Amino acid sequence: MNIAIDIASWVLLTLGGVNLLIGGIGVLRMPDFYTRMHAASLTDSMGAILVILGIMLQAGLSLATVKLGAILAFLLLTSPTAANALAVSALLAGMKPRTGDAVQRTNHEADA
Amino acid sequence: MSTITLLFSIFLLTLLMITTMAIVRTRNLFVAVMLMGIASLLIAASFFLLDAADVALTEAAVGAGISTVLFLGALALTSERERSPSSLPLLSLGIVAIVALIVIYATFDQPPLGSPSAPVQAHLTPWYIESTRELIDIPNVVTAVLASFRGYDTLGEVIVVFTAGVGVLFLLGTGASASAAGAPLSEDNAGLRHYLIPRILGRLLIPFILLLGFYVQFHGEYSPGGGFQAGAIVAASIILYSLLEGEQRALLVIPQGVLLAMMVGGVLLYGAVGVAGLVLGGNFLDYSVLDSDPVKGQQWGILLIEIGIGITVAGVLISIFHAFASRGAA
Repeated sequence: MNIAIDIASWVLLTLGGVNLLIGGIGVLRMPDFYTRMHAASLTDSMGAILVILGIMLQAGLSLATVKLGAILAFLLLTSPTAANALAVSALLAGMKPRTGDAVQRTNHEADA
Repeated sequence: MSTITLLFSIFLLTLLMITTMAIVRTRNLFVAVMLMGIASLLIAASFFLLDAADVALTEAAVGAGISTVLFLGALALTSERERSPSSLPLLSLGIVAIVALIVIYATFDQPPLGSPSAPVQAHLTPWYIESTRELIDIPNVVTAVLASFRGYDTLGEVIVVFTAGVGVLFLLGTGASASAAGAPLSEDNAGLRHYLIPRILGRLLIPFILLLGFYVQFHGEYSPGGGFQAGAIVAASIILYSLLEGEQRALLVIPQGVLLAMMVGGVLLYGAVGVAGLVLGGNFLDYSVLDSDPVKGQQWGILLIEIGIGITVAGVLISIFHAFASRGAA
């Protein structure tokens, strides 16, 4: 039983870590602000869910699990909202999303 | 310290080094403010790894939270880019290099980190740990040291916070004239009222943030926390409210007069507890005489002065925020 819980929590933790790593790579590799935010915010939420579930399994039925649940609820409410606020203010500040055309142009510039 | 903790500490400190280098090198002040928030969070995490949960909580609440907001408020008043230095600061570089070499040389004489035979652990610390149970009987030794054994120091710290608040208000003004009572809410000073999602979510979260603040305040004798952290968290919730709903509405919730009264009242409450000790026949800030049972008296004293700290810190932080924000709007 204990081994099963350990394996499950390690699987969750690893998946969460992989998610966060993908998010980090996405932030570095994506071409413009909006796609970068997309990469960061989606993987961030998923990574947080998986990692906190993994730690919850380690904590078992205790006060720590309740606290972790509160942290998870807080993160799930705030991090998408922060991403939304950031994107909206970027749009209002006049930052245009890059379309396919623009990406090609920058590729040419990079080649030149 | 286990190997994994050690590795994680080294990782965190490396990230901290990278972040601080980036802060020094960047000329964009907005980027610098964000990086300073990250640096604070990293420091808070390493404090936590060193088992200093109280300090970590303070660093996270004040360094990563409130200071970032205050810096952003200050940035709104100036330009976003730092001027490039007129000449190569060779003299500064030389001085910094010499001081750094002296400090590094001094660390060779230091006992290893966390060594039980270090002088700092050998004299007073064991006494604190042993007598907290007997004299004060609360689980959190940090709170006992901060609020009772070293009550003078903490009174000084609260007065420093108070003085800083008064100084900022003298420099920037209270902003009371700009937001005369009953003035109609102007559109451009209405915060993020047109952003629906953050506003609704903020309304949902603010009561819980306040609740957390009060928990940290009144649970400080049992778990990490106390007046300083609680004051910062309560101030953060009010600042969030004024970011979302506009500064004037926040001033309707807690008017400037109340904020000033909070700044003064907290310090006065702290001092009054000290004087009460004198009146009842003890020493200044000796809480044992506050109750017939000395241990109970200590607990009463700690509770009261922690409330004083919380009130002053919250009042000062909110006032400073309003001072910056109203200046930006003018």
